[in-house]
Amino acid sequence: MIDTFLTHYNYYAVVALLGIGVYMLVESSNLVKKVIGMNVFQTGIFLFFVTAAYRSGAGPAVVHEGGGPYVSPLPHVLILTAIVVGVSLTAVALALIVRIYAEYGTLDEEVLRELDHD
Amino acid sequence: MIEHAPVLVIALPIVGGALPLLFGLFADRLGWPIAAVTLLGQTVLAVALATTVVDGGAVSYVPGGFVAPYGIELVVDGLSAVVLVLIAAVSLGVLAYARRAGPHADSFYAQYLLLVAGLSGMTATGDVFNLYVFLEITGLAAYGLVASGRSASAAVAALKYLIVGTIGASLYLLGAGYLLAATGTLNMADLAGTLAEAGYDSTLVLTAFGLMIGGLAVKVALYPLHTWQPDAYADAHDTVSTLVAALVSTVAAYALARLLFSVFTVGFFDAVPIAQTALLTVAAVSIVAGSLLAVAQSDVQRMLAYSSVSQFGLVIAGFAVGTQAAIVGALVHLVGHAVMKGGLFAATGIVERRTGARRLAEYAGLGERAPVTAAGIAVLLFAMVGVPPAVGFVGKWYIVVGAVEAGTWSLVVVLLASTLLTLAYFARLFERMYFTAPPSASTTDATPVPDGGNGREAVSTGMVAVVVAAALLAVVLGGTAPLVEQIVEQTVSTFPHP
Repeated sequence: MIDTFLTHYNYYAVVALLGIGVYMLVESSNLVKKVIGMNVFQTGIFLFFVTAAYRSGAGPAVVHEGGGPYVSPLPHVLILTAIVVGVSLTAVALALIVRIYAEYGTLDEEVLRELDHD
Repeated sequence: MIEHAPVLVIALPIVGGALPLLFGLFADRLGWPIAAVTLLGQTVLAVALATTVVDGGAVSYVPGGFVAPYGIELVVDGLSAVVLVLIAAVSLGVLAYARRAGPHADSFYAQYLLLVAGLSGMTATGDVFNLYVFLEITGLAAYGLVASGRSASAAVAALKYLIVGTIGASLYLLGAGYLLAATGTLNMADLAGTLAEAGYDSTLVLTAFGLMIGGLAVKVALYPLHTWQPDAYADAHDTVSTLVAALVSTVAAYALARLLFSVFTVGFFDAVPIAQTALLTVAAVSIVAGSLLAVAQSDVQRMLAYSSVSQFGLVIAGFAVGTQAAIVGALVHLVGHAVMKGGLFAATGIVERRTGARRLAEYAGLGERAPVTAAGIAVLLFAMVGVPPAVGFVGKWYIVVGAVEAGTWSLVVVLLASTLLTLAYFARLFERMYFTAPPSASTTDATPVPDGGNGREAVSTGMVAVVVAAALLAVVLGGTAPLVEQIVEQTVSTFPHP
């Protein structure tokens, strides 16, 4: 148990981030906190990719004489793309929240639901 | 030229999508012509590509010279060619509707074309991570489009769509990560082989399957992951609901089929029968629950939205059965549903503009008030229920035949019951339109308004023509089943005939 923790603590962090993200998303009624939860959830996934690419003793993938073994650069590149996607999503989400706040004057999901029913 | 078509179907709408904003700085109202020219080009490209593929087999394209499986590969085979033509044709048709219906902002046309680019990319890609990127491009464009609706409630619906949709796409990304960890590759064709080596029943592969299919099921809006969908469809602008209801879930369902048959393959179902049972169960629950929720609605657009939950259950059930007939049926129903549901949403937009009716009760006597639109709705309703020879009948017929062949009798029962359930909610609408007198309150405008004339809000002949064209297509498309059968035979390895 302690052994796996010491060698796999990154994966525990992944699970924790995913869990915290989903919990914030589901449990908080504040729209901005929901978006933050979404970001934390995505960060968990980013950490998973980067951790999976780790190889102990390996160098960066710049091929040279006697340089191996190398770390696969692919997951890092994927995550750079995914981060860009995540930033765009956050921007759109915040823009929508600004419009909702301007219209209803609240960021609370419960209040919004009541207003919608009236 | 034609050898570059797989990348051009993605690049053309992206470039076209930048132009309305650029030219919007100098002149007004250039958005529609730019979008029209772009989508005409897109349609020509898609049809040319489809004819090449049907004659000469799958076309593969490697952008930037990074050879597959290391680089990203674009692959267009018969299955994707059908969906590409569908995307181009439907988006062109909806654009004709948008000419009068609006919204007229330049940014609307930019997002419209970006959505087409994302959908085409999802269809043409041969790489699971690239699919994620296009899934999010599609999503971003769709969230923006939904938010451009008539009221602020559209922004709330769009935010809900964004949050749920992002979780779906993130689950898909996590699944792709598991696949990468299990096999070290992301190329679909390459994965089909390496997954078999890694072992279909390994925990990594099973988890990847669950996460990826679950993520896409959110985008398809299968019950109980459909919660974003009715609000998004009902609160969005009519043009947007027509486009989104016709295409977005359709292409997500296509992507799910692509994963099933090109990445996991039927060998996975053979090795892990529980995965097939699980998918079939979700689909069957979706069929029944979607129909029941649709029966309970009083708002016509929400009823249509819940009907989509049920119809996509049918499509996914067809794919999950995995025999050739079932896949043909699922593909026919996928295309048919896009045309029928798009046509129905376009028609409800016309009805609302002309009479202000949104609720089922307000549709009373529509047969007299707007005869052509009402007739279009009626044809589309019966096509959806599955009256022969319409496309809805052909699709369901093939799915049922496939399910019988595979011996999944409980699914056969659900499929047959689904027809009755579909009839249950659509018959109410039909009855209101033709057999209920218009309410006395509306006698002020009970005089029949000629279609294409001036009602409360302008409705152009073109908008009505789109509905009529969809109704005609819904009847005629059923005849394309033999062609689909040939395509599926060429491109998909299925369960053998028993």
